Amino acid sequence: MNGEELTEQETALYDRQIRVWGVDAQRRLSKSHIFVSGLKGTAVEFCKNIVLAGVGSLTLNDDNPVTEEALAANFLIPFDENMGGGGSIAELCCDSLKDFNPMVHVSVEKGDLSSFDVDFFEKFDVVVISCCLLAAKKSVNEKCRKLSKRVAFYSVDCRYSCGEIFVDLHKYSYMKKKADETVECQLQYPSFEEAIAIPWRSLPKRVSKLYFAMRVVERFEEVERRKPGETSVDDLTNVLKLRNELCLAHSLNESQIPDSLLERLVVSPKEFPPVSAVLGGILGQEVIKAISGKGDPLKNFFFFDAVDGKGVIEDISTP
Amino acid sequence: MVEFVSSVKYPFFYSTRFCKLQLEVIVKALKWLQMNMDLDEIDMDTIEVSNLNRQFLFRQSHVGQSKAKVARDAVLRFRPQISITPYHANVKDPDFNVDFFKQFNVILNGLDNLDTRRHVNRLCLAAGVPLVESGTTGFLGQVTVHIKGQTECYECQPKPAPKTYPVCTITSTPSKLFGDKNQDNDLNVRSNDTASSSSDHSEDVFERKKDEEIEQYGKRIFNHVFGHNIESALSNKETWKNRNKPRPIYVKDVFSDETFQQNGNVDKKAETDNNNNNLSNVSAMTYIGLMNPQEIWSLLESSREVGNLSFDKDDHLAVEFVTVAANIRAASFGIPLHSLFEAKGIAGNIVHAVATTNAIIAGLIVIEAIKVLRNDAKNCRMTYCLEHPARKMLLMPVEPFEPNKSCYVCSETPLLLEVNTQRAKLRDVVEKVVTSKLGMNLPLITHGSSLLYEVGDDLDQDMVANYEANLEKVLSELPYAITGGTVITVEDLQQELVCNINIKHRFVFYFYEEGIYVFFTYMKPVSPIFDGTIAASKSVIVNCFPCFFVL
Repeated sequence: MNGEELTEQETALYDRQIRVWGVDAQRRLSKSHIFVSGLKGTAVEFCKNIVLAGVGSLTLNDDNPVTEEALAANFLIPFDENMGGGGSIAELCCDSLKDFNPMVHVSVEKGDLSSFDVDFFEKFDVVVISCCLLAAKKSVNEKCRKLSKRVAFYSVDCRYSCGEIFVDLHKYSYMKKKADETVECQLQYPSFEEAIAIPWRSLPKRVSKLYFAMRVVERFEEVERRKPGETSVDDLTNVLKLRNELCLAHSLNESQIPDSLLERLVVSPKEFPPVSAVLGGILGQEVIKAISGKGDPLKNFFFFDAVDGKGVIEDISTP
Repeated sequence: MVEFVSSVKYPFFYSTRFCKLQLEVIVKALKWLQMNMDLDEIDMDTIEVSNLNRQFLFRQSHVGQSKAKVARDAVLRFRPQISITPYHANVKDPDFNVDFFKQFNVILNGLDNLDTRRHVNRLCLAAGVPLVESGTTGFLGQVTVHIKGQTECYECQPKPAPKTYPVCTITSTPSKLFGDKNQDNDLNVRSNDTASSSSDHSEDVFERKKDEEIEQYGKRIFNHVFGHNIESALSNKETWKNRNKPRPIYVKDVFSDETFQQNGNVDKKAETDNNNNNLSNVSAMTYIGLMNPQEIWSLLESSREVGNLSFDKDDHLAVEFVTVAANIRAASFGIPLHSLFEAKGIAGNIVHAVATTNAIIAGLIVIEAIKVLRNDAKNCRMTYCLEHPARKMLLMPVEPFEPNKSCYVCSETPLLLEVNTQRAKLRDVVEKVVTSKLGMNLPLITHGSSLLYEVGDDLDQDMVANYEANLEKVLSELPYAITGGTVITVEDLQQELVCNINIKHRFVFYFYEEGIYVFFTYMKPVSPIFDGTIAASKSVIVNCFPCFFVL
């Protein structure tokens, strides 16, 4: 523990969490660089968590203007800073986040997510995207994988009382304590594209229904050229139709993707704050684990449904 | 799906932990659901630096201010239309009585101690208001919902007593720096040290003598604790037959007179080194140990304070002192030393905490609270947040259990107390049973129609004197004697909890057994189980309180 000790200020501020994950992990956090795109409620919760944890830097990307709806869901934007201000969501969040922990370098990157090339992502250790369409998700994931350096990729989405987190750590090695000894574990993660390409019929029997439901809605938004999260009760019939088509193609029984579940995702697609908090917390923990190299990382999907209260991990990868 | 509920009111009881997250999440959630609400929040704490890693409504500039008030201001900044009433107070205050609680639709707890949780539980039961309880430690957490008559109350399942670390290195035969789960020794150094030198009998050796110089005082205490006490312990050969003998340490062994004059030049490395057990390391720490009284004296400008300060985890000097004292003792006995960081965590009873777990639990609390508010309480559940998944789950929902029929809090089950009525005083029953075990704040004890004891602000002098006298009486000698077969009633008017206790007279007590505290009698022990060595290895000898408590 020589050379780069934590400063006295850091030790005082991070005392309680250092007691959880140790000084070494704290130091690694302070050197990490995170990129987040798509600042709706869940992503904002995540940003709050990692800024408090003391990461090195956080780069925000969301050029959308501040709207009434954004204000409703985003606690980082103070009320008196209304739409007249002219800043983007990212800019307003940036100011608030800096306030949470002055030791973290928070900045804004303007531009459309699809415009960033492979080299852009090399600056980061972790990339998190939220509220983006399938094409963008696949593209960013691929860019991260093209780099020789490992850039952890996460996507998170919340629709009313449901949420999904996807994790891609490429090839990940970490030390794990088993009984009295420490063993090295290696995990191989598929990309998002690879994961969702796995035929539904080959997946384990008890896979969370939410996985399938999210794929249906995702496909619907792609085909109908909607913005992410832009569905309503009027779309329900067509979504159910799409579900039937996909189930046929995958030889999956329609009952595996219940009407009621799809209805919830389609009719109220907006993020529900307490569910955002839960997802932002789980995601925060995962990112901290990946950066610090401590703890079993989640592989590779996490689903939460406030209706049944379960937070489930699904491993959707080829064996 | 969306309901309009007007004037929904619910209070938050804040702890040093995650309630700030609750507040923010709840406010957003209810705005999203278009519910109007009034919030009352109660928190007696002020903000500390170590809170800032997760209590994000607070900033560095707020350190020292009231949590309740700053939280309220922070939330109003992004939701100005909400009505929030902060109380910078202890929720145990008599002001927060059943009528206060009755105003609310739901109570959300984010407390950090068992006592207060039990107190709030009872008030919620009395007021008939649903309670959403929660807790987090590191990566673990849970949320539980308690609805009178429908689910278990918070106390239906006995909760483990908070982990206290007896100051093991101060006992005569320590094996660990900070105690062993099964030992329950008195924290006070005096009562455990078997000081047998005759000169110490008549006066308290820890009291500073009249006109005694600070340095001299410090040296004397040091020599007594780390030197003479060890010597007298060594004189009992039996004790050390199967244990490593400790090494007495005197001031003269580690310290030359000159170094005394240097004040406060602490070698920080020596403090935190936890592998080095040699004499030079000990001397650096004894140096610190001895200098402390002098430093305190110069800081406070009052020599009366020396020898009389109490421990506070946020007082760096106190933490250093405790670490050093424990480490010197540890060095003496050949036990591994601890760093300042570790000792502070143990002595200060610090709970490790991170923002992420708190965020998850806060979200879960709100989800349950909303069910209550929407009259959907039958769908409430308990949710556990795990560090390692069980059956693929990181968040595990569990159906709430029905009320426990033998819970004395919500099901009015009578209790049995086995006690030596000829030896135990009323004070013992009040302190060891009624307030600590039964968790009553302001107890009232009656035997039949006669009031034996009560606490209150409006009592007249005669009554107070009468109660004081009663406390000192042995149970069987009270005005209305308590003997075997008696039933006494203990109650707390604020908590609206009444318990009937059946008394059983018991003469002799034995070992400590799992889950039950057994104490020794005042009577002269005759059985070999009372012998120091055997008892130390198997059972607990607490002080001589002759009481055996059974539920």
